[in-house]
Amino acid sequence: MMNVREFSKISMIKGTLMAVEGVSDASYNELVEIETTSGKKRGIVVDSQLGVSIVQVFEGTTGISPTGTKVRMLGRGLEVKISEEMLGRIFNPLGDPLDNGPEIIKGERRDINGEPINPAMREYPEEFIQTGISAIDGLNPLVRGQKLPIFSGSGMPSNLLAAQIAKQATVRGEEGSFAVVFSAIGARYDDAVFFRKFFEETGAINRVAMVVSLANEPPVMKILAPRTALTLAEYLAFEKDMHVLAILIDMTNYCEALREISASKEEVPGRGGYPGYMYSDLATIYERAGKVKGKKGSITQMPILTMPNDDMTHPIPDLTGYITEGQITFDRSLYNKGIYPPINVLLSLSRLGKDGIGEGKTREDHANVMNQLFAAYARAVDTRGLAAIIGEDSLTEMDKKYLLFGEMFERKLINQGLNENRSIETTLDIGWELLSIFPESELTNIKAEYIKKYYPPYRGKK
Amino acid sequence: MENGRIVRVNGPLVVADNMRSALMYEVVQVGEGKLVGEITRIEGDRAFIQVYEDTSGVKPGEAVYRTGSPLSVDLAPGLMGRLFDGLERPLDTIASTSNSPFVSKGIKVSPLDENKKWHFVPTVKKGDKVDEGDIIGTVPETGLVEHKVMVPPGIHGTVKEIVPEGDYTINENILILDMEGDEKPISMLQRWPVRIPRPYKEKLEPTEPLLTGVRVLDTIFPLAKGGTAAIPGPFGSGKTVTLQSLAKWSAAKIVIYVGCGERGNEMTDELRSFPKLKDPWTGRPLLERSILIANTSNMPVAAREASIYVGATIAEYFRDQGYDVLLVADSTTRWAEALRDLGGRMEEMPAEEGFPSYLPSRLAEYYERGGRVKVLGKPERIGSLSLASAVSPPGGDFTEPVTSNTLRFVKVFWPLDVSLAHARHFPAINWLQGFSAYVDLVAKWWNTNIDPKWKEMREIIVNDLIREDQLKQIVRLVGPDSLAEKDKLTLESAKFIKEAFLKQNAFDDIDAFSSPQKMAKIMNALVLFHDRGLKLTEKGFSVKDIVEKATPVMTEIIKSKAIIKNNELQKYDELIAKLNSVFDSMEKGDAS
Repeated sequence: MMNVREFSKISMIKGTLMAVEGVSDASYNELVEIETTSGKKRGIVVDSQLGVSIVQVFEGTTGISPTGTKVRMLGRGLEVKISEEMLGRIFNPLGDPLDNGPEIIKGERRDINGEPINPAMREYPEEFIQTGISAIDGLNPLVRGQKLPIFSGSGMPSNLLAAQIAKQATVRGEEGSFAVVFSAIGARYDDAVFFRKFFEETGAINRVAMVVSLANEPPVMKILAPRTALTLAEYLAFEKDMHVLAILIDMTNYCEALREISASKEEVPGRGGYPGYMYSDLATIYERAGKVKGKKGSITQMPILTMPNDDMTHPIPDLTGYITEGQITFDRSLYNKGIYPPINVLLSLSRLGKDGIGEGKTREDHANVMNQLFAAYARAVDTRGLAAIIGEDSLTEMDKKYLLFGEMFERKLINQGLNENRSIETTLDIGWELLSIFPESELTNIKAEYIKKYYPPYRGKK
Repeated sequence: MENGRIVRVNGPLVVADNMRSALMYEVVQVGEGKLVGEITRIEGDRAFIQVYEDTSGVKPGEAVYRTGSPLSVDLAPGLMGRLFDGLERPLDTIASTSNSPFVSKGIKVSPLDENKKWHFVPTVKKGDKVDEGDIIGTVPETGLVEHKVMVPPGIHGTVKEIVPEGDYTINENILILDMEGDEKPISMLQRWPVRIPRPYKEKLEPTEPLLTGVRVLDTIFPLAKGGTAAIPGPFGSGKTVTLQSLAKWSAAKIVIYVGCGERGNEMTDELRSFPKLKDPWTGRPLLERSILIANTSNMPVAAREASIYVGATIAEYFRDQGYDVLLVADSTTRWAEALRDLGGRMEEMPAEEGFPSYLPSRLAEYYERGGRVKVLGKPERIGSLSLASAVSPPGGDFTEPVTSNTLRFVKVFWPLDVSLAHARHFPAINWLQGFSAYVDLVAKWWNTNIDPKWKEMREIIVNDLIREDQLKQIVRLVGPDSLAEKDKLTLESAKFIKEAFLKQNAFDDIDAFSSPQKMAKIMNALVLFHDRGLKLTEKGFSVKDIVEKATPVMTEIIKSKAIIKNNELQKYDELIAKLNSVFDSMEKGDAS
């Protein structure tokens, strides 16, 4: 560990960056304290050269002057004190309380950048989490330790769905100790208040820790917010045996901040002006989820992002989708139809779902029913396109059945109430009811024995 | 060797001075933590070092320690069944010794177990003259792989001493050569620089298919042993699942899977399932023939750039032993992005979309490492290295630089189509866009070994699929009623092909792997429907009528993918007979 060194010669200030002269031994990523006439600020060394260090200032460079400013190199990296006591509290990304409560005294200092999990130490996620949401449980099942984002669009109810999932999520037959780590990234103040109130009303507030960076704070704080939150999540999961649900909202703000900082460093931009390393940078956040061998706890991650112009190919959702284990995608046309949650199941995916379902986990017929519902809904959507051109009357009888199925699927299976918590059996039974629109021969994805057991016309005969 | 001194730290890029005698691509140890790095540029007495580990805490003034040698891998018994990182550090050993779920930086562990004794059986004797590549003995490495111990490239001479059959570690000398008067001891361990392809005698033309058990690949767009394939697709289109199918079921003797900048859980999935899954060709656990290399997306980006070369070098080493090796890389886009990231930090002039201008030549060099070759040494043997790589185009745009440049260097193209994936048609390979330059080369093998009509049947199937696309455009304009009966039949035939053949469930125990014989049986059924259906329409039967009568059997055939096992193919003959009798009875009756 190095000592604290003090410097006072600043040769350049630009955006959130400043150059400190006369430094020859600053570590890369070393924490810096800046004393100005108007107060203290903090920053880190982002480029260290013999004789000069480039420092990125967290709180922005407003009020820093080339004269009369003292810069102290602290001889350590960016660490935040982490403790179980953070549950029930609200902090900023540097670990300072925002709720008028006391500072965290007892705690472990941890580098918020974390370290990559060794793939050989990972435990493969396969415990089904029942969220009570049919579109997720039935068609895109979530498992413990998965990272599954919500791709939302501006104005759509991603907050409501995230809150509903946080409230309803359970692993059946198990009452483990759970915690929610909530990171608001560049959030509007009312969003932060919404979640706080929601957790208070549901009585869960003592199991929730919030790390908040507001929309009007400098971009660096938005870069730190998810990292601090996930450092706490790792501590709770792997030291305190808790099952942690980490909600990061909104990753679009995170990426905007990343772009802003990259531009201020004059880096070569990639697609859409976002830095070329955005994929790797996002991975250092999203990959901090999972289960590891020898530890009871787990981190399940649910990042939420807003697709700019509802465009799924925009770099933010695009790079996210390449890293996360699936995505839950919102659809404006379902939203306009009044469907809640407006999840387009065809554009959604859960990569790990297949390992969390079936006999002993959900129900034996789950995988088959899921595949059949997907195939039928995909054809229904296709048929809608055809009907729009040639008219509904020219469709074959079977195509008309698909059209009907598509409508019923959206209204009965996808659509549900804000407080409606459906068991997986209920979801699957709704699925079977919808499939009974079709004759048995149309159900090519389902094993004969399940048809005999669950297909409503047979059930009626009993 | 003199040490250098760090003058700048900027992320993974470190600049050091006092490095006038440094070599390009020399491996160095950076700072007090001795982080591994590689010299990628030299200017005056300054060397630019790309560091393979997180540089937080490194500062100017610290030393840079030279090693004098380029980035190399250890090659010896003990590679099979292991999990390495992008620099051949053994993640499995690190996991069992470190007690931490994380990979901490600066860890130094040798790649292979240096204490384990391997049973060596010599195949040369005192006085024999040996040359580079000659096999000097064998080691049963796993139940599946007999490791051939070879004379390293560049070495030759007369055997002065050879150890008797027995158990030796990889570092013990097993052979002493008289090389032009000098004594040259040889152990089972070879080292090879990863950026230099291993030498061989001669490149040969690929002739045999590399069977994968995935119907659409083997039949529509076949890969040959020693061939190169790219599989681009947007996220969620099934790249990883398809590559995992290749790694699991392909008929390669040895499979090396490089997870390059991808998800941690995917590597875990393979580690978890490969010991349990059986190689369908030999019945042995898959892990006995597999090597996994993981540089997950959150691991340091410079090591990601190296991981591809580490994989290729290990693959070539087994090719040199005379094996058919498959190297799967998921994903080369992440590798190219690592190039871009490092190039940007070195302030190189960017070309398209910020990628360095040497991206195409790096891709060409990589794909050129594949091939079917006559390898060095005695006994004469042929080995092959097939390359299958995922490409992850941003936004699914195939015109972006990595995809478009990759297409210039591969012979097989398996494009994944997101609309097929959204409709849950898997594997979501677009049969209109894809190509394979090996169809004619491998057709001979299929016709001789599996079914003499294979090539003919394949053409009928492909034609129906192409024709379907044209017809669908007409239907979109004028509706289905205006089509001629024979065109309606083509639509039904194409639908049957997709449902009964192209769609394949990678997660179903039976459907996941199709033997070539099973593929040929299903193809027979498809062609039967096409041929006899067409005949009936010519006789005036309506397609509606044909489909109505044939649907029960067709449904049975569609479902049979996941019911009839590879060893019960006589059941297909029964289904085909049933389909035949449906057509027989229709032909006997009149057109209605």
